[in-house]
Amino acid sequence: MQNHKKYPPTPSQTVGPFFTIGLSSTDAAGGLASPVTNEIAGEGEEIRIRGRVLDGNGDPVPDAMIEIWQADSKGSFTNCEFMGFARSETGAGPDHCFQFKTIKPAAASNLEAPYISVIVYMRGLLTQAYTRLYFSDEAEANSKDIVLSQLSEARRNTLLAKSQQAADGLSYEFDIRMQGDRETVFFSV
Amino acid sequence: MTSIDWSQHPPFIYPDYKSSVLRGPTQSMLDIGALYAKASAIRMGELSGSLTDRFVPGEADHDLIRNAQQGGAPLGERIVVSGRVLNQQGKPVPGVLIEIWQANSCGRYAHKVDQHDAPLDPNFRGVGRCLSDRDGSYRFYTIKPAAYPWKNHPNAWRPQHIHFSLIGQSIDSRLVTQMYFPGDPLLGFDPIFNATPGSAQERLIATLDLGITEADFALGYHFDIVIAGCRATGQEEKTAESRTATNAES
Ligand SMILES: [Fe+2]
Repeated sequence: MQNHKKYPPTPSQTVGPFFTIGLSSTDAAGGLASPVTNEIAGEGEEIRIRGRVLDGNGDPVPDAMIEIWQADSKGSFTNCEFMGFARSETGAGPDHCFQFKTIKPAAASNLEAPYISVIVYMRGLLTQAYTRLYFSDEAEANSKDIVLSQLSEARRNTLLAKSQQAADGLSYEFDIRMQGDRETVFFSV
Repeated sequence: MTSIDWSQHPPFIYPDYKSSVLRGPTQSMLDIGALYAKASAIRMGELSGSLTDRFVPGEADHDLIRNAQQGGAPLGERIVVSGRVLNQQGKPVPGVLIEIWQANSCGRYAHKVDQHDAPLDPNFRGVGRCLSDRDGSYRFYTIKPAAYPWKNHPNAWRPQHIHFSLIGQSIDSRLVTQMYFPGDPLLGFDPIFNATPGSAQERLIATLDLGITEADFALGYHFDIVIAGCRATGQEEKTAESRTATNAES
């Protein structure tokens, strides 16, 4: 397939420290907010996802942007009625967490567990990094998943979002570690 | 299956760019395509679905000269920035959401964290948005941004640039980049630009284009953007190809 690629891609550059004026749905004044929000609506079980991005010192990164992409509650990525893409920035709240409200995706095939694709951007990151979020309460499906089952337990654990039943419903905690001995598994896609 | 093309993109860690040192991943990327190789019938989510035409910007969002006016025109040099969004086969990609943001003509962002002691312009927000059209073209009207200082090293200055974000097709074609201006003497001192592999750097620089220039109004700059993601196979690729071919002819 390489030979189809006559044109090299435009190089990536960092999103920088000021991206929220252009890319946030909440930070832009004057009617110029981005149409990409931090909520995904659809049929299914409503969930919340929150987490931090931690640098090599373990400090939370206050100027990161996270995007997610997921299947719907039937496991479809191609449902035109469903918009499975959202973005959130870590600078919005005092605790430097990104936050999403979405619905729980179903597995897309019988060799996969349910997952959400995650893209990480921040000041200091020159090229975006891809990872995935899997659900800690899907142990059975996770054990058979085509990606998770090929990872060591320690590496696999970096991709598991911890479920907790909160007052406002089911939520998942997912910290992304850029470096260190629990560095998140990042993918080339 | 390909992975990130490191001959074209800057590395995660580039020590001259200080904040990359603690923020770039250190372990090698896992090739997710290789993990899926033993189940070739399954299409991974990163290559599935389409974000084309799914987000709709406002009518006037592409005109940064006018989209934040409060009774006056923004100060600075008016420019037009235009080009096409292409895939790696050189085919135009329509329906891509292009979001841009930039400093004003004094080198100041309308962002609460920007501490640079240069004036804000009440008539300029520095935010624009549009969708690439049927032949992949886009066009922004804006004010030429100025260089600005930053804290990376003593006397560090960013060259003039406009930030770009593109969402189209599947998420493997997602691109965040920066467009620079031809002949900017600061380019050679900028660690963010320099982190880009040498042969790829020139593709971050717009060209002055009298065909885009609007007489008696604004100089024009040409900036084509190539996004990844021409890995579709089988029927989907045929459909995508016939669609772009139709677009190219019309
Ligand atoms: Fe900038």
